[in-house]
Amino acid sequence: MDDKELQNRFQAQVDAEIKIEPKDWMPDAYRKTLIRQMSQHAHSEIVGMLPEGNWVTRAPTLKRKAILLAKIQDEGGHGLYLYSAAETLGISREEMIEALHSGKAKYSSVFNYPTLNWADIGAIGWLVDGAAIMNQVALMRTSYGPYSRGMVRICKEESFHQRQGFDILYTLSRGSAEQKAMAQDALNRWWWPSIMMFGPHDSESTHSSQSMKWKIKRKSNDELRQDFIDATVPQAEVLGLSLPDPELKWNEERQHYDFGEINWEEFWSVVKGNGPCNRERLAARRKAYDEGAWVREAASAYAKKKKEQTIAG
Amino acid sequence: MSTNQDWPLWEVFIAAKRGLSHKHVGSLHAADSEMALENARDVYTRRKEGESLWVVQSKYIFASNPEENDAFFEPAKNKVYRHPTFYELPDEVKKM
Ligand SMILES: [Fe+2]
Ligand SMILES: [Fe+2]
Repeated sequence: MDDKELQNRFQAQVDAEIKIEPKDWMPDAYRKTLIRQMSQHAHSEIVGMLPEGNWVTRAPTLKRKAILLAKIQDEGGHGLYLYSAAETLGISREEMIEALHSGKAKYSSVFNYPTLNWADIGAIGWLVDGAAIMNQVALMRTSYGPYSRGMVRICKEESFHQRQGFDILYTLSRGSAEQKAMAQDALNRWWWPSIMMFGPHDSESTHSSQSMKWKIKRKSNDELRQDFIDATVPQAEVLGLSLPDPELKWNEERQHYDFGEINWEEFWSVVKGNGPCNRERLAARRKAYDEGAWVREAASAYAKKKKEQTIAG
Repeated sequence: MSTNQDWPLWEVFIAAKRGLSHKHVGSLHAADSEMALENARDVYTRRKEGESLWVVQSKYIFASNPEENDAFFEPAKNKVYRHPTFYELPDEVKKM
């Protein structure tokens, strides 16, 4: 079969909703796009552990601490599912880690904002995980089999993340005036970064239309953002907190919420590495990796010794 | 500096309950089978997903080639009579 025929057969398979599996023929650009998107997604899970890790030792109760630890551990697991799924495309784990640590690979910009107080942990769970869920639910139907299966597993685990965040804010919002103000402050700072998570407008998004054609993406950035806002505004009302967007209001005609324009200057500046915590996050990742080297060496040495003993015995 | 470059890839299989067959759930890198099992427990069974775990080094799994599916699975294609629905039972037979 020549290249054109292979391309056609591939697209027909995608159009018929037949999943693409690792050993199938696929266009180079499809493979490259997936490697970029899946490794970025994996990096986001791992880097996403850092802002929350900041509050583990200062959680207000033992119960909250145990919950937060379990949530962060889940994110580590999500990173693993995604790295393994990306490896089926022929890239090694080391190459991906190296790309993250050298700053070549991106991860979700939202994790470049600081967690200033405990209420931020609530805002992250409710909004950041909430936005991630919106994206990941759509990705369960992505065309690449290993990615899709990873998403199914991740989505099963995610809903507790959003609920524990909402629960933190709900508790604070019914507490003292000071606690309520703390929740409102967290919301003010996390709302815009959360809706930026869906990326640039469809009209500005470089890879979007090809990714939609290949069914790597199933919903566009703007569709997902609208879905998220529509789902979240009523929940904010239950919390009795306000969202920091004066233009946010229900549009009867569209049957959707209208909302204000995102500060794209800020968005691109954080993407390019100039957010409040970009340097700190990468430095923390590198430090964790370097300081874990002895553990990896010890594991290898132990495995080697045991193997030698089995052979000798 | 050492990385886990020399750690083989393991495929993880879980049986949700005793008596059920093991199902593939994903993969991970580990230095040996013992650590592979422990890591698999930590990442794939945090919510009691299973009561039994298998890990198999990926290099020992041999897969059929999707390019050859038509020929490879051909023998099963035209044998509808292997399915019970192929046979029409007389009405008098109430149950079979
Ligand atoms: Fe996650
Ligand atoms: Fe999460």
